[in-house]
Amino acid sequence: MKFRSVFEIIGPVMIGPSSSHTAGAARIGLVARDLFGRQPEWATIHLYGSFAETYKGHGTDVAIIGGLLGYDTFDERIRTAFEDAEKLGMTFEFIAEEEEMDHPNTAKLVIGDKQGVMELIGISIGGGTMEVIELNGFPLRLSGHFPALLVVHDDRAGVIANVSNAIAAQDMNIAHMEVGRKEKGKMALMVIEVDQVVNDALIEELRALPNVTQVSTLAN
Amino acid sequence: MDILFSNVKELVAVAEKEQQPISEIMIRQEMLLTRRSREEIVAQMENNLAVMESSVEEGLKGVHSPSGLTGGDAVLIQNYMKTGKSLSGELLLDAVSKAVATNEVNAAMGLICATPTAGAAGIVPGTLFAVKNKLNPTHEQMVNYLFTTGAFGFIVANNASISGAAGGCQAETGSAASMAAAAIVEMAGGTPQQSAEAFSIVMKNMLGLVCDPVAGLVEVPCVKRNAMGAAKALVGADMALAGVVSIIPTDEVIEAMHKIGQSMPSALRETAKGGLAATPTGKALEAKIFGKDKESRDTVTK
Repeated sequence: MKFRSVFEIIGPVMIGPSSSHTAGAARIGLVARDLFGRQPEWATIHLYGSFAETYKGHGTDVAIIGGLLGYDTFDERIRTAFEDAEKLGMTFEFIAEEEEMDHPNTAKLVIGDKQGVMELIGISIGGGTMEVIELNGFPLRLSGHFPALLVVHDDRAGVIANVSNAIAAQDMNIAHMEVGRKEKGKMALMVIEVDQVVNDALIEELRALPNVTQVSTLAN
Repeated sequence: MDILFSNVKELVAVAEKEQQPISEIMIRQEMLLTRRSREEIVAQMENNLAVMESSVEEGLKGVHSPSGLTGGDAVLIQNYMKTGKSLSGELLLDAVSKAVATNEVNAAMGLICATPTAGAAGIVPGTLFAVKNKLNPTHEQMVNYLFTTGAFGFIVANNASISGAAGGCQAETGSAASMAAAAIVEMAGGTPQQSAEAFSIVMKNMLGLVCDPVAGLVEVPCVKRNAMGAAKALVGADMALAGVVSIIPTDEVIEAMHKIGQSMPSALRETAKGGLAATPTGKALEAKIFGKDKESRDTVTK
């Protein structure tokens, strides 16, 4: 089931004019910012398909920048996102790509600052709903509906069990989980969507586990 | 995971078995799937209703989009109604004008509630705030109207599509008009099965509708398609309440819509490359709106 809530159909409350091109785009930007964990200093945004064709008229560009500034779909500041970014000193560039992607509304965001770079591919699947389909080269499905944990780890036996045991010990329920790796035995990524908000104690606990290199969260 | 319905047949069967309106089945499914309380769910929908009401009011004051392509038509229709000369009737034109009002606000980058999308956001509130004057619903019935539209939209979204880029305008204004027809039937005292019939009757008459926005903007022909969608929703609801049924079952109509959408060329799926967008006037408008400052909006590097 792609859509789980009636509020994905009746909603979101949003700044017009397009739920998939404006609200969905804002959410892709917002999720990217949350995963990055701080305000990026620069962003290069590649747009594909319908996004590439019509992004200016739909405000897709201001919406993605608005999301990267932390604005939600209904935040009227989306309209002035370009000016706001400039004031903050964030630079950005939009590139309309001709390549055909699987989904007609696809955006690849490369964002960064002096400390690091992150790459995220998001798709806007209609009605303001979005999914993250790739993060730093790892394919995944992240709906943004649930609080999520992202655990970067070494591909070793027992890591997944340790992480899921730590989550279970907090009486938390896993709604969806995916594990991906680039190469056997090398770096891997766990994406875990949970029903409850993730607390800092759990994050610290996961960070301390053997073979875990990085943990970040995405609040719903 | 517990789920009460995944298609229209199941939805109607549950509603009939439990002798509950479709809106109530939607609320219960929402509680199951999101683990939120009834109070939270109803409160969120009440907020959506309030946003819809303010969008209608805003649009009826007369708003204009930055491009200049749309705006002010809601006011024109309201003024025309006051002359008493309308052919299609007050309630129908009221719905049409309020659908236009909401979509004009959307085009102007105003605050709206997507139902199911922003491009189709006028039809559900337009019909609701027009029918309100005739049926005098309680506040709860108005909120339930939105849950009923949501139940049908939920099924379309999960079994077909509500995105113009994926399925053409039949998936957007087509879904919205069909959802609204089903909810009007419930508010007017019809049965769950009659809601399904109204949905089918309207959806069948939106099939094949392409998404061809001029200059890629959600303005032309979107605003007027919301107007006509609202009109079809009312007529479809009346037909179902009169006892007219759809020969093709609702779930098969939805499947047909999905297949039509998948076979549409991409030029007719929100790319602004075909249909009205590709007419000489459509192209001239695109050049006029985006021609001059195209480059400067691509990159900001200060």
